[in-house]
Amino acid sequence: MLTDQAGKGVHQGTPGPGQSAQNPLRTGGDLLQLVSPEGDRISHPEFDVWVRDIGDEQLCSLYEDMTVIRRIDAEATALQRQGELALWPPLLGQEAAQIGSSRSLRDDDFVFPSYRESGVAYVRGAHLSEIARVWRGNASYGWDPQRINVATPQIIIGSQSLHATGYAMGVQLDGASTAVLAYFGDGATSEGDVNEAMVFAASYQAPVVFFCQNNHWAISEPVRIQSHVQLADRPTGFGIPSMRVDGNDVLAVMAATRVALDRARKGGGPTFIEAVTYRMGPHTTADDPTRYRDPNELEDWAAKDPILRLHKLLEAKGLLTEDVAARVKAKADAVAAELRSSCIDMPDPQPLDVFNHVYSTPNSWIERQKDHYSRYLNSFNQPVEEGAL
Amino acid sequence: MSKLTFARAINAGLRKSLENDPKVVLMGEDIGALGGVFRVTDGLQKDFGKHRVIDSPLAESGIIGTAVGLAYRGYRPVCEIQFDGFIYPAFDQIVSQVAKMHYRTQGRVKMPITIRVPFGGGIGSPEHHSESPEAYFTHTSGLRVVAVSNPQDAYTMIQQAIASDDPVLYFEPKRRYHDKGDVDESLDLSTALPLDRAAVVNTGTDVTLVSYGPLVKTAKDAAMAAADEGISVEVIDLRSLAPVDYPVVEASVRKTGRLVITHEAGQSGGLGAEIAASITERCFHYLESAPVRITGFDVPYPYSKLEMHHLPDLDRILDGVDRALGRPNSLSGLEG
Repeated sequence: MLTDQAGKGVHQGTPGPGQSAQNPLRTGGDLLQLVSPEGDRISHPEFDVWVRDIGDEQLCSLYEDMTVIRRIDAEATALQRQGELALWPPLLGQEAAQIGSSRSLRDDDFVFPSYRESGVAYVRGAHLSEIARVWRGNASYGWDPQRINVATPQIIIGSQSLHATGYAMGVQLDGASTAVLAYFGDGATSEGDVNEAMVFAASYQAPVVFFCQNNHWAISEPVRIQSHVQLADRPTGFGIPSMRVDGNDVLAVMAATRVALDRARKGGGPTFIEAVTYRMGPHTTADDPTRYRDPNELEDWAAKDPILRLHKLLEAKGLLTEDVAARVKAKADAVAAELRSSCIDMPDPQPLDVFNHVYSTPNSWIERQKDHYSRYLNSFNQPVEEGAL
Repeated sequence: MSKLTFARAINAGLRKSLENDPKVVLMGEDIGALGGVFRVTDGLQKDFGKHRVIDSPLAESGIIGTAVGLAYRGYRPVCEIQFDGFIYPAFDQIVSQVAKMHYRTQGRVKMPITIRVPFGGGIGSPEHHSESPEAYFTHTSGLRVVAVSNPQDAYTMIQQAIASDDPVLYFEPKRRYHDKGDVDESLDLSTALPLDRAAVVNTGTDVTLVSYGPLVKTAKDAAMAAADEGISVEVIDLRSLAPVDYPVVEASVRKTGRLVITHEAGQSGGLGAEIAASITERCFHYLESAPVRITGFDVPYPYSKLEMHHLPDLDRILDGVDRALGRPNSLSGLEG
């Protein structure tokens, strides 16, 4: 597949015999787009085939997922403002990137996310309480990784790209056709681990897809000071082909991700996808982007809003009937209500839980500290004997 | 029973683990055709294939980070860090990922990763090749840290480390790689001393001398020399540095009333400080004198012409024993 598309939709890292070193997709104009910001469907000779199964019903379903995760995001932000969550990393603006990529996965594929991929977790079947509890401070992990094939959220920037690569090496050893997808942001491409992950992935041709959501800001650091080339140009130096797609175009994201996953499954090795999108909110609820961001920039990107774009496409196709709109709204409301109640009703962990699961086998140091702390806590329940002091 | 060098004993242990469990894979720089710079993995790639004994790119964070992913997939990676001083690029993956994944996921994800680290000095190497970084890791919850001191332990403990569902840092004293010793290769792991147990390797009644890794041999030599002077030294080989098997040390100190700890690593914040404090808490009323630490200095590991001054040797240890006993010593007359 990749060879067929060389020079058309996919970057070739190392041009082979008979191929031109000049890759016409290496500039900003090469963004893969299947739906314009105005909601017009753009036909693409190589990529259309990858989304030809996305009919009317599928389009509405993608629209529903994107709307629901925007609602999850808004509700979680509100819960944080009300003191119910300690922190929340908003994904506002990145709905197409997250839904388009995660809806391309098979159940047996495995995902290594960062901390912002709540939309991916939702699509993969995480319970809403599992999405909330990390940010409420009730647990360090969200969902059971083995149940939904999504690793626990990763806070250290870029660390999970190596885990994904290692997992993909394991897939190879097993002789399985599973693909692995690693999410990270533009900031992570500055980290050593992401670069080492690309070295390892290229060395072993591991079936991993590096999905970079370039949302333009690493907290207050703009992507332009971290990279003097487009991010999609970097992996070519490692011998990893890449694609640069409009991250606010859910169809383009789907097409690109499906190409990359298919390539991984067929033994074609790693692929890097740069999904060009925009973080419309703050980095986390503790951040204030008005201190570092030009408001005009936000305005420009608001015009490229991923949900608005799909909304326009659906309208143009006459799909956004009152029924559909009402159904989507009802679903989003219900999910938000469930998120809220499951968050507020979540039981606090018990004090001695702090000692649990450090090791899978007993550790004498921790057992002793647990025993001592337990005695200390119990001492509050003991009546103080008269004259004891 | 066979006579094996330290390096061959580890090699035999690795071979046995590779044979017994198809999920065991070895990863590291130059461990394949070369067999590792110390030849510890000699012949293993030839016999088990490139998919089981994986020559990795030169990227330590990559070695450990991909091992995390392999563990996620159900494998038991055994990573070789070529030299102690090269472990720092992997520090984040070890302390933030390997150590914490089980706790983070409340037991849903296990990290049965073994990280082999040739450590310590005494072989005349340039810098970054002779360090003792163990305290960084003993300070990190979630990791088990062991140091081996003899071929038999090297053989059994590498297998126990690989079989452990918890991550283990396995420190190999590189200056002892060529020492030979008896190794019972038929020893059943279930009957061997557990991985987290200390061993009393010389019994005595006057002073407890605690050590691990490369200095156990030196400590035993010191005990023999002390015996010539009529001093009975009990030598403990910690084997496990995290957790330290305090009951064994405690029982010994209750008997002798005196404690000397020796390690190659620098003194401040080192394992000796931890042991001195813990034993003081547990055995205060049994101690006849303050615990004594005989360690490397708080300096970067020196160039090789000076390393013999930095490394505790038999005489410095005996001087420490004299301090613990209140006998004349190099610090006699010094207050505090």
